[in-house]
Amino acid sequence: MTLVQIVFLVLAVAAIGSAVGVVTSKNILYSALLLIACLFVIAGFYVLLEAPFLAAVQVLIYVGAIAVLIIFAVMLTENLMRKQRAWNEQWWVALLVALALAAVLLYVVVTAQWQLSAAATPGDAIAALGQSLMSTYVLPFEVASVLLLMALIGAIIIAREERKEGE
Amino acid sequence: MIPLSWYLIVAAIIFCIGLYGALARRNAIGVLMGIELMLNAVNINLIAFWRYITPEVLTGQVFALFVITVAAAEAAIGLALIISIFRNRETVTVEDLDMMKW
Amino acid sequence: MEGLIRLVPLIPAIPLLSFAVIAIYLRRYHKLSSYVAVAAIFISWLLSMVIVLSAVAQMPHFAEEPAVHLTLLRVPTGGTSLDIGVQIDPLTVALLFMVPTVCLMIFIYSTGYMHGDPRYSRFFAYISLFTTGMLGLVVADNLLLLFICWEVMGLCSYLLIGFWFEKPSAMWAGLKAFITTRIGDVLLMLGMVLLYTQTGALRFETVFAGVERLAETNPTLMYVTALLVFGGAVGKSAQFPLHVWLPDAMEGPTPVSALIHAATMVAAGVFLVARMFPIFVVLSGMPALAWVAAIGAFTAFFASTIAIAQDDIKRVLAYSTISQLGYMIMALGLGGFVAAVFHLITHAFFKALLFLGSGSVIHGVGTNDMMEMGGLRKKMPYTFWTFLIGMLALAGVPPLAGFWSKDEILAVAFEQNMLIWVMGTLAAFITAFYMTRQVFLTFMGQPRNEEIHAHESPPAMYVPLIILAIGAVLIGLLGVPAELPVLGPLLGNNPFHHFLAEQFSQWHYVHLPHVGFNALVMLISVVMAGGGIALGYLVYGRKPLQAGQRDPLERMGAVWTLLRNKYYIDEIYRATIIRGTILLADLFFKFDQGVIDFIVNLIGKLTERWSYVSGLFDTYVIDGIVNGVGRVTSAVGQELRYIQTGRVQNYLVIVVISVVLLMGVFLYM
Repeated sequence: MTLVQIVFLVLAVAAIGSAVGVVTSKNILYSALLLIACLFVIAGFYVLLEAPFLAAVQVLIYVGAIAVLIIFAVMLTENLMRKQRAWNEQWWVALLVALALAAVLLYVVVTAQWQLSAAATPGDAIAALGQSLMSTYVLPFEVASVLLLMALIGAIIIAREERKEGE
Repeated sequence: MIPLSWYLIVAAIIFCIGLYGALARRNAIGVLMGIELMLNAVNINLIAFWRYITPEVLTGQVFALFVITVAAAEAAIGLALIISIFRNRETVTVEDLDMMKW
Repeated sequence: MEGLIRLVPLIPAIPLLSFAVIAIYLRRYHKLSSYVAVAAIFISWLLSMVIVLSAVAQMPHFAEEPAVHLTLLRVPTGGTSLDIGVQIDPLTVALLFMVPTVCLMIFIYSTGYMHGDPRYSRFFAYISLFTTGMLGLVVADNLLLLFICWEVMGLCSYLLIGFWFEKPSAMWAGLKAFITTRIGDVLLMLGMVLLYTQTGALRFETVFAGVERLAETNPTLMYVTALLVFGGAVGKSAQFPLHVWLPDAMEGPTPVSALIHAATMVAAGVFLVARMFPIFVVLSGMPALAWVAAIGAFTAFFASTIAIAQDDIKRVLAYSTISQLGYMIMALGLGGFVAAVFHLITHAFFKALLFLGSGSVIHGVGTNDMMEMGGLRKKMPYTFWTFLIGMLALAGVPPLAGFWSKDEILAVAFEQNMLIWVMGTLAAFITAFYMTRQVFLTFMGQPRNEEIHAHESPPAMYVPLIILAIGAVLIGLLGVPAELPVLGPLLGNNPFHHFLAEQFSQWHYVHLPHVGFNALVMLISVVMAGGGIALGYLVYGRKPLQAGQRDPLERMGAVWTLLRNKYYIDEIYRATIIRGTILLADLFFKFDQGVIDFIVNLIGKLTERWSYVSGLFDTYVIDGIVNGVGRVTSAVGQELRYIQTGRVQNYLVIVVISVVLLMGVFLYM
C-alpha cells in the first residue's frame, strides 16, 4: 500500500463519514457544517486526480459560496437549538432504495472493464481548459452564464419580501 | 497509483448517501444538501474518468465545471424558494408542503 | 451583389434598434417614439429596395449561383458549430420587396390609427420588434435563425393580439393564438432536430444537399421530417385544423391585423414551405406534397364558406385570409412554387389594403358590426374607393393583382389535379360573393344606425391606403403569363417567373412544372369572379338592407347556422381536446377518490353491516376474515394514496425505484 493510497483511504473515510453525518444529524446546522467538511474532502480528491483548478473551484464555489448560502438559509429559517426528527416516515423505503441503488452501482463499478489510458495529464491543463472554454465550448459557456444570471434574478424575485402599498 | 474503481466506489457511496438524504430528510434544506452531495459524487466520477480514460481531452473537466455552475444556480434558486416558503407558511418541513395532494 | 450583402444584416437590425430605443428610452414620448419607429422601417425599406433593384439588374447572375451568403457568426458547440448568416436568393429578394413596403405603409397608418392610445409607444416598440422577426426570417440562411425569428414573431403576435388586455376577450384571444401556434412550432422544432441529426447542418444549402442522401437511405424518416416541417407552417399560416386562432386574433388593433394576421406573419408559414421546398420534393412520388396540396385546397374552400356568414367586418377578412393562405399552400403542394410566392406577394398588398380600409371604417364608425354600417360611401370617399379596389383585386377581377396570381395557381391546379382545381375555382366564386356582400353592407345603401356619425380618417391613414391600392392594381402586371397575346410580351414575358424560377436551379432533384397560359382556365376564372360579384349584387345590391332587416342569406336555414358558427370547430375542439384533457384529469382524481376509497369504504361498510346482522355466531368466524379483508384493502388503499400525497419525496422515491428497476433490467439483459 503506497502513501497515496493511504491518503486516499483517509479521505474516503472522511468523505463518507461526513456525508453520513450530513443526512443523519438531527440538528440541521451540524448537517451544514458536515457538508462543508465533505465538500472540502472532495476537493482533496480532485488534487489527487491532478485537477488542481477544479479543486480550487470546488473550494471557492462550494465551500465558499454554496455552503455559506445554505448556512444563511438555515439561520433564517430554523430555531437552531431545537432538536427534531431528522427523517420522514418513509425513511425505511428511502434506505432500501438507496441500498438497492448502491448495490447496482457497485456491481457495475466492480465488474466493468475500463479502457484505461496511460497518458499523463498535459502540463498546461489549466491554460488548455481556459482556451477550450473560450473556443470549443464557448456556446455552453455563454449559456451557463445566462443561466447564472437568470438564477440571480429569479432568486431575488422569489425571495424578495412583498411590500404592500403604503407600507 | 490508485485504481480507478476506488474513486468510482467512493462516488457511488456518496451518491447513495445523498440520495437517501434527498428522499428521507424532513427539512427542505437537508434535502437540498442531499442533492449537493449527489452532484459532487457525479463530479468525482467525471474527473476520475477524465484522469484515467481521456486525460488528453478536457471534456470531463469542462463538464464538471458546468455541473458546478448548475449546482450554484440550483442552490440559489432552491434556497430562495425555501425562504419564500418559510415566509408564507412558517415551515421548511417538506412533509407539510403537501398543498398538491390528492 | 457580394458587396451589397453586407447591407442585408442591417435590414432586420435597424427595427431591432428602434425597438430597443423605444422600449428603454422613449416610453413617455409618444410622438417621438412613433417617428423613430417609422424612420427605422423607412431606412430598412430603402436598404431593401437597393438590394431588390440591384438583384433585378443582375438577374442572369442567379442562374449560375442562386444564393449569395454572408456568415455573421460561427458558434462552436463542442463537436460541431452553428453558423448564423444571411443570404440573398430570388425568394428572399421577392419578399424583401413586399415585406418592408407593406410594413412601412402600416407603420404610417398606425400613427393615425393608434392616436391617443395610452400605450402608444409600446405599440410601436412591439411592431418594430415584430418587423425585426419578419425581416430576419426572410434573410436567414439557416433554420436556426429562421426559427428564432419565427418565435420572436409568435411572441409579438401574442403581445399585440392582447394589446388591449383590459378586454378579457383580447387577452384570451392572445393566449389562444399563442398556444395554437405553439402546436405547430413544436412540430417544426422536431422537424429541425431530425434534419440536424440526419444532415448535420441547419444551413439551407447543406440541408438540401444532405436530404438527397437521406431520401435514399431512409425515405420514411424523410417523409416524417417533411410533414413535421409542414406542421409548423400549418400552425403559423392558420391552415385547417389549426386555423382557429386567426379569427380570434382580430381582437388586436387593426394595423396589427393587417400587418401580422394578413400580410406578413401568417405568410411566414407559406414562406417556410417555399423555403424548404426541396425537402418536400426530394422523395420520389412526393407523398409529403400531396398532404400539403390537400390541406391547402380544403382550407381554401372551407374558410371561404365561413366568411359568407360573418357580420364582423374584420372576421370576414380573417376567414378570407385563411382561405387565401390555403390557396398558396395548395399551389406549393402542386409544385407551383412561383405561383404561390406570386400570390403571397399580391395578396399581401391587397389584404393589407382591405384590413387597413376596414380599420379606417372602424375608426370612423366605432363598431365592427357590418349590420350597423351602410351608406359610408359618401362619408368616407377615400376609404370606399381604395376598399373597392382591394375587394376587386381579391375577387380576381382583371387586370388587378389578385386576378393574375390566382389565375396562375388555378392554371397549375388545372394541369395537376382536377378536383383541387374545382375546389379552388369554387372558392374563388365564393370569395367574389362575400367580398361583394361586404362592400354592399358597409358602403352602400343607407346608414342602418342613426347614432353613428361616420367621418373620413386623417391623411396619415388614407395616404397608405392609396399607395397600397396602387400596388394592388399594378403589382400583378409583373406576373402576366408570357403566352398571353399582346399583354404578355408587352410586359416583359412574365419577369417575375423568370426571376423566381432560378431559385432551385442548383438542386437537380427539384423540378418545377412549367405552366403555360391556359385560356380556358382564365376564362372560367373571369366568369367565376363576375358571377360571384353579380350574385352578391343580386342579393345585397338591388335592395340595400334597411335598418333592423335581417341578412337575406338567413333563408338558407341550417347551412347558414352551420357557417355562422364556423362549422362549430371551436366547439368541437372544446368538446374533444380541451374537455378530454379535463376529463382525463378528472379521471385520475376520481381514481384516487373513487376507486380506492370506494373499494375500501364499500367493502368495509357492507361487510360490517352484514356481520352485525349475522350476530354472535359470525363474530368469531366470519368477522376475523371480514375485518381482515377490510383492513388489508384499507391498508392497500392507505399505501396507494401515497401516489397522490403531494409530497415531492414520495414521488421521488417512486422515480428512483423505477430507475433502479430499469438499471436492473439492463444489467440482467
